[in-house]
Amino acid sequence: MGINEEDYLMLSGIQHFRFCARQWALIHVEQQWEENVRTIEGQYVHQKVDQPFIREKRLDKLIVRAMPVKSHELRTTGICDVVEFIQDPAGISLINEVGKFRVVPVEYKRGKPKKEEEDIMQLVAQAMCLEEMLACEVPVGYFFYDEIKRREEIQITEAHKEEVRQLFKQMHHYFTRQHTPKVKMGKHCKSCSLENLCMPILNEKQDVKSYMRRYLV
Amino acid sequence: MRKLLNTLFITTSNVYLTLKGETVVVSQEEDVLGRIPLHNLEAICTFGYAGASPMLMHACAEKNVSLTFLNAHGKFLARVIGESKGNVVLRKTQYRISDSEIASAKIARNFIFAKVANQKWILERATRDNPLRIDVPAFKQVSERLLEDLKKILACEDLELLRGLEGQAASAYFGLFDQMILQQKEAFYFKTRNRRPPTDNINALLSFIYTLLAKDVSAALETVGLDAYVGFLHRDRPGRASLALDVMEELRGVIADRFVLKVINKKMLDEKDFIRKEDGAVLLTDEGRKKFLQAWQERKQETLTHPFLKEKINWGLVPHAQAMLLARHLRGDLEEYPPFLWK
Ligand code: SF4
Repeated sequence: MGINEEDYLMLSGIQHFRFCARQWALIHVEQQWEENVRTIEGQYVHQKVDQPFIREKRLDKLIVRAMPVKSHELRTTGICDVVEFIQDPAGISLINEVGKFRVVPVEYKRGKPKKEEEDIMQLVAQAMCLEEMLACEVPVGYFFYDEIKRREEIQITEAHKEEVRQLFKQMHHYFTRQHTPKVKMGKHCKSCSLENLCMPILNEKQDVKSYMRRYLV
Repeated sequence: MRKLLNTLFITTSNVYLTLKGETVVVSQEEDVLGRIPLHNLEAICTFGYAGASPMLMHACAEKNVSLTFLNAHGKFLARVIGESKGNVVLRKTQYRISDSEIASAKIARNFIFAKVANQKWILERATRDNPLRIDVPAFKQVSERLLEDLKKILACEDLELLRGLEGQAASAYFGLFDQMILQQKEAFYFKTRNRRPPTDNINALLSFIYTLLAKDVSAALETVGLDAYVGFLHRDRPGRASLALDVMEELRGVIADRFVLKVINKKMLDEKDFIRKEDGAVLLTDEGRKKFLQAWQERKQETLTHPFLKEKINWGLVPHAQAMLLARHLRGDLEEYPPFLWK
């Protein structure tokens, strides 16, 4: 099969999908999203893409912001908030740079540490993109918490990677069929910004026929 | 659910609307008449030939604020629509169903069912609330007749037959409409439905409120990603918002007719609020239109419990709730479309 990058899915979708498959489908398959999600994400992404490829050099580090990445294996494209290239004799060489580097993705998070599985999936997916693009190993990544200005290390394990592969496989499957999975109402619905669009309560509703028959009296 | 904010009605014809920052500026020649933050608005509706800047149109489209132009008589002229939502899947489903008479009839049936059920309920309310003012046996008889029609409608999957059943039910219902006008009988009476132009006060009000409601329903459908111009009961006709008219069927009686009756029975308008043109057409005066719109705005803020969702919402959000339910049905989350059945 040839590579048709048109079919590639948005990397950031993995966090939606891990959170709730239906939420992901509403956003990425149906492209319905409520104003708040859209504006917030929009602004956020904007800040980032406004300064792509500003390379910052510090002593032993090269910092690249808003770096576009992709993976042919996962069939996804996305943007890494920050990728750090750290001098390391055991690393890889980069075009136009002297020396060898280790590759480390850093994902910025607003607020305090509260790492959810879905965030980790996103970071792992980014790491997998980097590994594929740069032919290297990316064993760790970081979350950087805006509010407390602290970072937290995440080990990128083979188990994580396998989960990411499985998730993308399912996402592609749904996407090809343009299918929106039915509601699985749970406590995650409480914190879901798409609740109004999704109407999870529909699940518990009487069927429409009996709703209408009630009026025949 | 969407927040219901205010509609800005512009009733003076030589007014121009622009956007400054995030604020809508209403001006007349050199004078600024008012400033309203765009985020406080859900809709802007202008009468007469007021103009609006392209910047404002763009901002409205982007922020999902409906911007509609009507002429001084309340006839629909144009509406601003932005880049359509990316929901191709939903639209394709809508078109596929619209192309099939059989599939369309299944949804159209539910629109019609609710229309007739709601008419029946209006008649029953009248017998309960004003038994001494109306001909109760006649109301009871029509109500029973509508019940028979409802049974037939529920079993009917043919568009032509549905339209026939709907027409018969409507004329039975409108046959009693005049009796529900309880005040100012000399000025307000109803013989038959007439429009283009309406030739009596009640028909003028009905035409006007239907236009306002149609505009709300169109906006609600577009907001959830549906195409307001492709209908199931109403077939395609260039420039006609067929799907909006479909969804409106179930809302006409319960929202629009009842509102007109209330305005008259509560004497919120009187004879002086109307003018008769040389050709017999009846129009609301500027003052009358203002009062009417004001009352309509207030009505939209009142709350109800949605009969299917069992959630408390504003009357103004009923079109949004129905648009959402229709979209969810087309996407396969509900086996049938649940229409708005008031009780
Ligand atoms: S409301 Fe619940 S089921 Fe619906 S998208 Fe959100 S999390 Fe998923």
